[in-house]
Amino acid sequence: MSLLETCALRAFYGDFQALFDIDFRIDAGETVAIIGANGAGKTTFLRSVIGVLVGSPEMVTFDGDKVGGLPAHALVRRGIAMVPEGRMLFPSLTVEENLRIGAYGRRTGAWDLQRVYRLFPILEERRNTPSMQLSGGQQQMAAIGRALMSNPRIMLCDELSLGLAPIVIGQIYEGLAVIAAEGMTLIIVEQDIHRALAAADRFYCFQEGRVSLTGPAAGYDQAAITAAYFGV
Amino acid sequence: MDPNFTVERGTTASRRFAVLGGVLVVALATLPFWGDTASMRLIAEMATYLALAQLWNLLAGYAGLVSVGQQAFVGLGGYALFVMCGWYGIHPLLAIPLAGIVSAALSLPIAFIVFRLRGAQFAVGTWVVAEICQLLIALMSSLGAGSGQSLTPAIVRTVAASKADRDMIFYWCSLGIALIVLGLVYALLRSRHGLALTAIRDSEQASRSVGVDTFRTKLLTYVVVAFATGGVGALIFLQKLRISPAAGFSLNDWTVVVIFMVVIGGIGTIEGPIVGLVIYFVLRQLLADYGSWYLIVMGCVAVFFMLRARDGIWGWIAQRWQLHLFPLRRNFRRGGP
Amino acid sequence: MGIVSIVIQGTLLGGLYALFAVGLSLTFGIMRIINIGHGDLIVLAAFVAMVCVRALGIHPLATLVVVVPVMFGLGYVLQRGLLNRTLGDNILPPLLVTFGLSVIIQNVLLEMFGADTRRLNVGALETSSILLPGGISVGVFPLMTFAVAVLVLGALQLLFFRSDLGRAFRATSDNPVTAGLMGIDNRHLYALAMAIALAVTAVAGVFLAIRSNFDPAVGPDRLIYAFEAIIIGGLGNLWGTLLGAVVLGIAQSAGAAFDPQWQILTGHLAFLVVLVLRPDGLFPRTRD
Repeated sequence: MSLLETCALRAFYGDFQALFDIDFRIDAGETVAIIGANGAGKTTFLRSVIGVLVGSPEMVTFDGDKVGGLPAHALVRRGIAMVPEGRMLFPSLTVEENLRIGAYGRRTGAWDLQRVYRLFPILEERRNTPSMQLSGGQQQMAAIGRALMSNPRIMLCDELSLGLAPIVIGQIYEGLAVIAAEGMTLIIVEQDIHRALAAADRFYCFQEGRVSLTGPAAGYDQAAITAAYFGV
Repeated sequence: MDPNFTVERGTTASRRFAVLGGVLVVALATLPFWGDTASMRLIAEMATYLALAQLWNLLAGYAGLVSVGQQAFVGLGGYALFVMCGWYGIHPLLAIPLAGIVSAALSLPIAFIVFRLRGAQFAVGTWVVAEICQLLIALMSSLGAGSGQSLTPAIVRTVAASKADRDMIFYWCSLGIALIVLGLVYALLRSRHGLALTAIRDSEQASRSVGVDTFRTKLLTYVVVAFATGGVGALIFLQKLRISPAAGFSLNDWTVVVIFMVVIGGIGTIEGPIVGLVIYFVLRQLLADYGSWYLIVMGCVAVFFMLRARDGIWGWIAQRWQLHLFPLRRNFRRGGP
Repeated sequence: MGIVSIVIQGTLLGGLYALFAVGLSLTFGIMRIINIGHGDLIVLAAFVAMVCVRALGIHPLATLVVVVPVMFGLGYVLQRGLLNRTLGDNILPPLLVTFGLSVIIQNVLLEMFGADTRRLNVGALETSSILLPGGISVGVFPLMTFAVAVLVLGALQLLFFRSDLGRAFRATSDNPVTAGLMGIDNRHLYALAMAIALAVTAVAGVFLAIRSNFDPAVGPDRLIYAFEAIIIGGLGNLWGTLLGAVVLGIAQSAGAAFDPQWQILTGHLAFLVVLVLRPDGLFPRTRD
């Protein structure tokens, strides 16, 4: 059985339909990439899965339960975490406070402050800094650490590489590989196709709110992806 | 654009309503010849409240300036009239528009201060300004200080010699001012400024991004509303023949009641305040013997509408029957007129 | 009255105003709403205290044991049942619903208790004072009020910066959607914030009832003082609220020393001056 599955998931912004009948599944321990052009509906999909956009119950199944109608805070307590696009650290909180608030839902598990600091040592160095004084890459590490602090069973990562220098992106993805190696289930949304496919086991390509292609990440067909990505 | 399109705003319902409204106005205008004084007094009061409700709605419902301090301009207009008549011998009826001008002039420095506050803070800020006006005037012994002052019989007689004639003139003035305000609001909303105002009502951010100068539009609205509110205030206290700081700057009388009318009737439409006005007066009549209960009931009803039916009664009617009695929307129609 | 005396009396008066303002500051800081009924809730708390004194025959200060939990519960229910429904991009619903509440509370109190002015009697405590060097006498009760205000602010400071709940409040204030991604239930958190705000309001109400006359109509003025204090102090800054309240208190004392009629007016004028010269308040929140 899949850890998380969506069935004919739809999402709307007012009258505008952003997603059309998305069928998606991910098994425990898998890393799945979602790629697609700007506006293809990748972020909307993550927001629907985690309940920021609320749909109907049967649209999302998590660990056998129909959870599509639940709000985000309830899903976090069940073990879904999200690293939102643009990091979204809390400006009023220090680095360590940002990490601690990740544990607000009081889920127990392997991840705690010490372990996050071991993964990203720079965060420990800067633990008492206001979060907005971190560099972009450090902020991204803090956002990942914050999500880990909730000890999720699945982590949704939205545009981790956005606005970061290639070398920093490399560091972030190294961290992600460590997290995945410890058995975390990951959904990675990326615009950088190669980066995403290198990290993933499987991929879905979104185009204008629909899945245009899906398959294993290894040995993918460049031409097919280009077609699915741009719709040409 | 296709030259065969014509722009029109009227609908069948609005044209029928225009005829009906015309008949109603004529009937009301002739009331002094066939009605009694009590109904004249009631209609006059309703007319002034209609004007206040339309003005507050223009501010809060369209320009997004939720003021809880419009009593400042009612009081300032009233006092301006008493000063002009008492000190400078200006004819009371001429003093009404002049009081509006004074009120508009004073609204500029007030706007300079309160426009620094946003949203809900603006609301409380306008309230503080109204309090300041009341306290300052209560300190001025030349204006009668805390106990206020009355118009002398000599001044009152310049309006008309007999009380019956004065009642008639005041009645027509009230009716007239309500119609003028209604016309002013309607004309403003149909103008280019109206389009900007409607855009601000729907989304201030979006309207700014398409080039609406929201600050200028808001300031203009604020000053125009201050002008008209001052005029209405002047007329109200000319009829009462007496003014005091507590009466002139009463939050309950000139703002609370008005807000309830607009919210219940439907904020952000011209029809809403009219509907709310009627409901307010019916409720007040029904609960007249129960002291302050009518305010409690009105408060509950207003809270209910804000929570459950944000567009008020008129919003519900308009949606159900697609009714627009004061058409503001431009309808495009194929073919010549 | 000498300047030193004016400053001392004004500062102590500021303690009472800080108690008025803290609840308003909390609800604005966390929910971004200005509760127009805030002043009337202070007066409601004063009346609840009065009923306690009459029914239980206890000392007015002892009523805190009852009034604080009652207002805490009322705050939770009010936010959860009513005000949470008004939150959103549109500023009108929270503003007008709390405005409606203000009118409802005032008039219900009027129907229940009439328009008479009242005061809770604490006997000697009310009149006792300490003589400072220089012949300035300072009332014991105003001094107590100020101390309580500082204590309340200190407790809130601890809550906000040393507890999980406080972090959650600050996070939600920054960004409610992202706070949801941390497992924070906004509806519950907002209700708790209003509950805490009204618990402080309860303290304010009891001290108001002992310190001065009150009747059902005095709420709006208390709202205005509270509002002025938080704008003068700078929004979203707890100690700024205290300093703003002190500035307001000193301005009012100075006005009163000139002419009692000027007391309220000088307070308002100080507010306007700050608004014109320093629109973000004297002590704005610094965000690094």
